[in-house]
Amino acid sequence: MKKLLLGNAAVARGAYEAGVRVVASYPGTPSTEITEEIVKFDEIYAEWSPNEKVAAEVAIGASIGGARAMSCMKHVGLNVMADPVFTVSYTGVGGGLVFCVADDPGMHSSQNEQDSRHYAEAAKIPMLEPSDSSECKEFTKMAFALSEKFDTPFFIRLSTRVSHSQSLVELCEREDAPLKDYEKNIPKYVMMPANAVKRHVFVEERMNALREFAESSDINALENNGSEIGVITAGIAYEYAKEALGERADFLKLGMVYPLPEKKILDFVKAHKKVYVIEELDPVIETFCKSVGADVIGKDIFTLLGEYTPNMIKAAVLGEAAPRSVSASEPIPVRPPVMCAGCPHRGTFYVLKKLGLVVSGDIGCYTLGAVAPLASVDTTICMGASVSAALGMAKARGAQFNKKLVSVIGDSTFMHSGITGLVDIVYNKGNNTVIILDNSITGMTGHQDNPTTGRTIRGEATKQVDLIKLCQAVGIEHITVADPFDVKNFEKVVKTEVERDEPSVIIAQRPCALLKTVKYSGRCGITDKCRNCKVCMKLGCPAISVKNDKVVIDATQCNGCGLCVNVCPFGAIEKEETV
Amino acid sequence: MTKNIMIVGVGGQGTLLASRILGNTLIREGFDVKVSEVHGMSQRGGSVVTYVRYGDKVYSPIIDKGDADIILAFELLEAYRALPYLKEGGKILINNQKMDPMPVITGAAIYPENIEDKISAVANATVIDALMLAKKAGTTKAVNVVLIGLMARESDIPYEKWVETVKTTVPEKFLEVNLRAFDLGYNS
Ligand SMILES: Cc1ncc(C[n+]2csc(CCOP(=O)(O)OP(=O)(O)O)c2C)c(N)n1
Repeated sequence: MKKLLLGNAAVARGAYEAGVRVVASYPGTPSTEITEEIVKFDEIYAEWSPNEKVAAEVAIGASIGGARAMSCMKHVGLNVMADPVFTVSYTGVGGGLVFCVADDPGMHSSQNEQDSRHYAEAAKIPMLEPSDSSECKEFTKMAFALSEKFDTPFFIRLSTRVSHSQSLVELCEREDAPLKDYEKNIPKYVMMPANAVKRHVFVEERMNALREFAESSDINALENNGSEIGVITAGIAYEYAKEALGERADFLKLGMVYPLPEKKILDFVKAHKKVYVIEELDPVIETFCKSVGADVIGKDIFTLLGEYTPNMIKAAVLGEAAPRSVSASEPIPVRPPVMCAGCPHRGTFYVLKKLGLVVSGDIGCYTLGAVAPLASVDTTICMGASVSAALGMAKARGAQFNKKLVSVIGDSTFMHSGITGLVDIVYNKGNNTVIILDNSITGMTGHQDNPTTGRTIRGEATKQVDLIKLCQAVGIEHITVADPFDVKNFEKVVKTEVERDEPSVIIAQRPCALLKTVKYSGRCGITDKCRNCKVCMKLGCPAISVKNDKVVIDATQCNGCGLCVNVCPFGAIEKEETV
Repeated sequence: MTKNIMIVGVGGQGTLLASRILGNTLIREGFDVKVSEVHGMSQRGGSVVTYVRYGDKVYSPIIDKGDADIILAFELLEAYRALPYLKEGGKILINNQKMDPMPVITGAAIYPENIEDKISAVANATVIDALMLAKKAGTTKAVNVVLIGLMARESDIPYEKWVETVKTTVPEKFLEVNLRAFDLGYNS
């Protein structure tokens, strides 16, 4: 049976068919749906781990324990899990072990555009790169088998357009991959120097075997159309190149992007007059080609930035102009994402903006606190940096500056990598104020549970991390729970805590407005008490706008959360109960 | 020949259901199909774009400028933004609903006027009031199904095939109102 599947769903299907038993991941666009699809198979143990490093280690443990295991993450997640990954390359695997990493060329929802293929080379771990959903499934299955054959973890590399495109996939039955017997094997699994030295020798031998495999396997496929032009490509770039050039070029489609097949490449280059390497982001394949003496054209004519398109390739290779098209004759306002109507973060940033504080920011829906009119966030680097970077700022600029400084961090992000920063603040005598934005869910990536929500990935009830006790245990003595929609009180709390010469935590508690359990009702409406002061416009609520110099609330967008009622200085906004 | 359909709108408008119904209908017709959309940030009220491509064999999941046979726009400004993607001789189907983006709300930008006329002057455009038709069908939530109806009319796939997919994609208890909405779009 053929089914239209998202690339991510196809990876999940591939893992299922390969008999995977354990999948541990941390969400991150564009990789999240892989693990969400895994949950649909009862045979598989799945979890949202607190962060990618933990997720990778759970998968590694499962593999050593004899099971086929997988961990999935976005590109920056691979940075977080890099430590165990580099060493499990040495130990090799028990059950097949696959790390599935999704890059985001074009940065549709990411803070950088890093190219994960560099990790494959750096960690000496082979990497497969599918270019559509059917390959997503096939390559994932293959990766599990090859992982066991070569005693190595495998990377699957995806990119946004592969992860988030649906194409047809042939479904098969689940293979039986029995749990292997557990064997104590100190030389293989205890990576202290004496053992690691020997394992490094094994890794280099394994690389040679994998290079041979890359030469002989038809995962690196030759497509001959009798052309003088050759194209070496992989992943989504293959689809664009094939769309653009069709049969006007020959292709060497690399399904395995590390290690690369030197001989195959040299033969291909020799057989063609002109050879292009077409790859998004960094010149990884191109650099390899040039290092083995292959004369290829790559980033001289193709950009290092963003996503490619077929027309771009047509223009670069064939010199063909793009088709004619019409466009607007005036500027079109952009439509950036905004905090939803009813978003609890809006109250927090309204207060922080009003107080004119420096806001050490983090990653989540609340990064949108940097967008006008709230425009309150000063920095966003990576998950967890809000807490530790604020300590650095305070140490650099001193106590007076610190009284104007707060960190904001979401509940999931705090569990991911905020706790260690808070420990640092206490340990090294910082006086920072950290605001944990507890909206009871991992919002940004589409509502995943996390250790603070009290539910597992399967929705089962579990022990809930108590943020108050946790902060107390770290050594924070001033912890206040406050509702960010009670703006008067919230403002008072923030003022008190930043003034304090001791570290403090404010837990801004109000659930995400999109949670099913949150039931706002009615609509907010403007009465004739309105003096047109436009304070409510400072909220940046998508439902509130100015029409003919009068503030109006769009009933189709308002969900009746009532934040504007609370900020209006004249009591001119009222809740209208509707049915 | 590969055909290209682009669906554009604002996060939360239900464009995903439209692409699901479209994709499923095309598979039943035996086409190779690719549907591509970007998840994540755009869900939060940003612009959303879905590409649907079908034919004997489809490679690229995305549509380039000047290559869309049909653009289905859930919102007026998004129709205007997508215009450069329309192929010469292609059709743009527009819901005349207006949603102010944040820069317009804050006064940093203005929402262009008479977009319908400006698009119609340079392209083959059909403009409908899908919100009104959805209300007529029984729920404002069915705007997306009204628009699928409109697109179905412009497609080369017979009416019954579309209805079949609507029946299998929409939950039973909303089926009746959605079928009404589909018909209102189809006959608009
Ligand atoms: C290392 C890393 N992993 C994953 C992500 C993707 N990501 C961005 S924000 C976020 C979680 C946000 O959740 P939370 O902190 O609870 O804030 P909310 O969005 O709910 O406001 C995730 C998983 C990332 N940017 N970096």
